[in-house]
Amino acid sequence: MGQRFAVTIEDSGERVACADNDNVLRAMEALGRKGIPVGCRGGGCGVCKVQVTGGAYHTRKMSRACVTEAEEADGVVLACKLFPESDLSVKVVGKMVKAVCAGIQGST
Amino acid sequence: MAMTGVLRPGHISMRVLDLEEGINFYKNVLGLVETGRDGQGRVYFKAWDEREHNSVLIREADTAGVDFFAFKVADKATLDKLDGDLQAFGVKTERIPAGEMLETGERVRFEVPSGHLIELYAEKTDVGNGQSYVNPDPWVPDAERGIAPTRMDHCLLYGPDIEKVQEIFEKVLGFYLVEHVVMEDGKTDLAIWLSCSTKAHDIAFVRHPEPGKLHHISFKLDSWEKVLRAADIMSMNRISIDIGPTRHGITRGSTIYAFDPSGNRFETFCGGYDTYPDYKAVKWTWDEVGAGIFYHDRKLNERFLSVVS
Repeated sequence: MGQRFAVTIEDSGERVACADNDNVLRAMEALGRKGIPVGCRGGGCGVCKVQVTGGAYHTRKMSRACVTEAEEADGVVLACKLFPESDLSVKVVGKMVKAVCAGIQGST
Repeated sequence: MAMTGVLRPGHISMRVLDLEEGINFYKNVLGLVETGRDGQGRVYFKAWDEREHNSVLIREADTAGVDFFAFKVADKATLDKLDGDLQAFGVKTERIPAGEMLETGERVRFEVPSGHLIELYAEKTDVGNGQSYVNPDPWVPDAERGIAPTRMDHCLLYGPDIEKVQEIFEKVLGFYLVEHVVMEDGKTDLAIWLSCSTKAHDIAFVRHPEPGKLHHISFKLDSWEKVLRAADIMSMNRISIDIGPTRHGITRGSTIYAFDPSGNRFETFCGGYDTYPDYKAVKWTWDEVGAGIFYHDRKLNERFLSVVS
């Protein structure tokens, strides 16, 4: 069994537990949580783009059309290819961020 | 009806982020038959019931998406004629020599205003569907391996200026409009479904600001039961499902949308109706577009509208 870490989604305040061999997007979806918009789940569409604001992590290959080298160096990654190595905090910056924030506002 | 000119979709070349993951998906999960690999790193596949050497190519790249989509034409004379017709219409064409793709003859390539590369070809090696042309059985073991669609059926592409694309497909290539969705202004088309055959669609376009995008590549199944079986296989293999199983209002197909491991959307569907060039096009209005796309939910999901590769 791998280690489990806590991932805080700053935009919604949600916290999800994520195993070190699971991607952050899947962990969020599997728990029925909302917070990061869900697109292709394959690193190709860029919808689940987040900025990691704290913690250690690694990623798998993401489309360069979605994440530039400079962004990647700055902690901007796709949640579907993001694997935690410690507790993490992330901010949503993807294509559907407006829809997600509108949804959160609408539900309060 | 005598089929002449452009006959059918022939092949798509797509980009994947990880080639091995891509090969595993297209071969073992979708259940296509691998037919070759070339010096450019492209891997070739066909659906089991297709007779030509290839219909799906993948290559590893830094981005997902579509490189080009091709149609088979009746013969070499048709290829030459359509090349000339395209040029006369003001569309720049390029000849790609025979053999550049494995077992595939000369191709005529051109870019349409939506930013997609379209190709025509007349010759590709007939490798058969695993059956004899004399006294064949109805299916072969490959027909039950993975999802196992019978053919690569059509694609939906996203890009700008779709009315100009429609003009090229209708006026030069002999396609006709089968269905369309009209935007809020009641005039401008949001989406068009075009046929070169009696299928409800051979290619479709949605108006989108970014050029050259792939919404999905579609694979045909024989029955609703096989669509449900496809959904089971997707879940067994942790394939990312977008929506379905459900039914379209537009074209009436029963469908699942899902993503390959690189985020290229694909569809496995059955049904749809037969159509003919003299049929009047079916129109969907903006207020009913939800039911047009997903007939049961009667509403769109944001992901289906905005996620492309």
